[in-house]
Amino acid sequence: MASELSNIDRRGVLKCMTWAGTAMVWTVTGGVPLARMIGEAEAASSGFTFAQISDSHLGFDKPANPHTTDTLAEALNQVKALPTKPAFMIHTGDITHLSKPAQFDTGRQLMEGTGLTTYTVPGEHDILEDDGKSYLNRFGKGAKGDGWYSFDTHGVHFIGLVNVVNLQGNGLGNLGHEQLEWLEKDVAHRSASTPVVVMAHVPLWTVYREWGWGTGDGAQALGFLKRFGSVTVLNGHIHQVMQKVEGNVAFHTARSTAFPQPAPGAAKGPGPMMVPAGELREHLGIARVSLVSTNTPLAIVDTPLI
Amino acid sequence: MTEIISLAEHGRRVLLRRFAEGAAIFALVPVALASRAEAADATVRIDNFTFAPTPLTIAAGTTVTWVNHDDIPHAVYCQALSLRSHPMDTGDSFSHRFAQAGTFDYICSLHPQMRGRIVVSA
Repeated sequence: MASELSNIDRRGVLKCMTWAGTAMVWTVTGGVPLARMIGEAEAASSGFTFAQISDSHLGFDKPANPHTTDTLAEALNQVKALPTKPAFMIHTGDITHLSKPAQFDTGRQLMEGTGLTTYTVPGEHDILEDDGKSYLNRFGKGAKGDGWYSFDTHGVHFIGLVNVVNLQGNGLGNLGHEQLEWLEKDVAHRSASTPVVVMAHVPLWTVYREWGWGTGDGAQALGFLKRFGSVTVLNGHIHQVMQKVEGNVAFHTARSTAFPQPAPGAAKGPGPMMVPAGELREHLGIARVSLVSTNTPLAIVDTPLI
Repeated sequence: MTEIISLAEHGRRVLLRRFAEGAAIFALVPVALASRAEAADATVRIDNFTFAPTPLTIAAGTTVTWVNHDDIPHAVYCQALSLRSHPMDTGDSFSHRFAQAGTFDYICSLHPQMRGRIVVSA
């Protein structure tokens, strides 16, 4: 369903930049997350919701979207305007385009402007300089290794993984031995009935190997999680919605707030996709997830904004 | 506003980088001339998430320059040589002189599905 422009100021902004970024909102009710694009019907009234944004690429200024700060701000305005305030927000990586301190600071300032705590994982664009220190100093407090961590809230175990460091010749994302060991211990003593939500930038499942859209040792990580009744894996990186359900594990990639990328194999390479300006909004996304009480794999619903 | 600052900073760094690379190339020229007449410099284009040409066969002593034509940054990483470029944004370049003969595979450390090979003849 379309996200209607609510007032003339916003319409004016959109007229100038012709598009806007969006976020995804997740609602968790009794164990299963459900996603909806902002602008859809309201989230379930029970349970809790959280918003997901991804791939804001602050500092990107090429024709695919020369206004990435504006489109992130627009996405966050949509989060702020939600009738049900999300418990928190997640950002699944590539906050910045070039890992510059000013880009991180802009991102942090904009995200803090929502009044929500934002949990992040780094994308490969966030660790280009200084061994990722610019990212870790701002977003990695209390995290282990290159920035991985976990926390519990509302009965759900959230895990933030880093799969963009020390990339190897296999052409895919990489978690590495140290992080896998940590993950195994992190979940070892948890009840299998605990809903688990995993965040990582590059898809943990292989979306398209030829473009590196997968994680080489992702299967090992998923192996530690297979005994859990509800596992939701939230990724970014590919700037489009992809979903897959495998057993009790639901995989979901988010849209970017900055620019779309082509469907796997639909272009010569996975670079930014130019779309007619009036259509870009269909390709940028923010959605909501509901965790609902059911024994079936979660259903995640995405709808383009236009 | 922040974009303008970061771009200015970025531009300054690119200039510094190019100056440094230019200086390095100038330093190499007399050596190359003094040794053997060949070893003309070679360029690898980065376009649409691919390195071209690859494989690239060169004579020892050749300086290879990678130039990024994508609107996404890339970085050259050759494990065998412990060679790691800075992240190259659009239009940025990185140069390395291959002194020893051998076959050297490299990847983009940001997009490891991008593979290239330099074959250096003695």
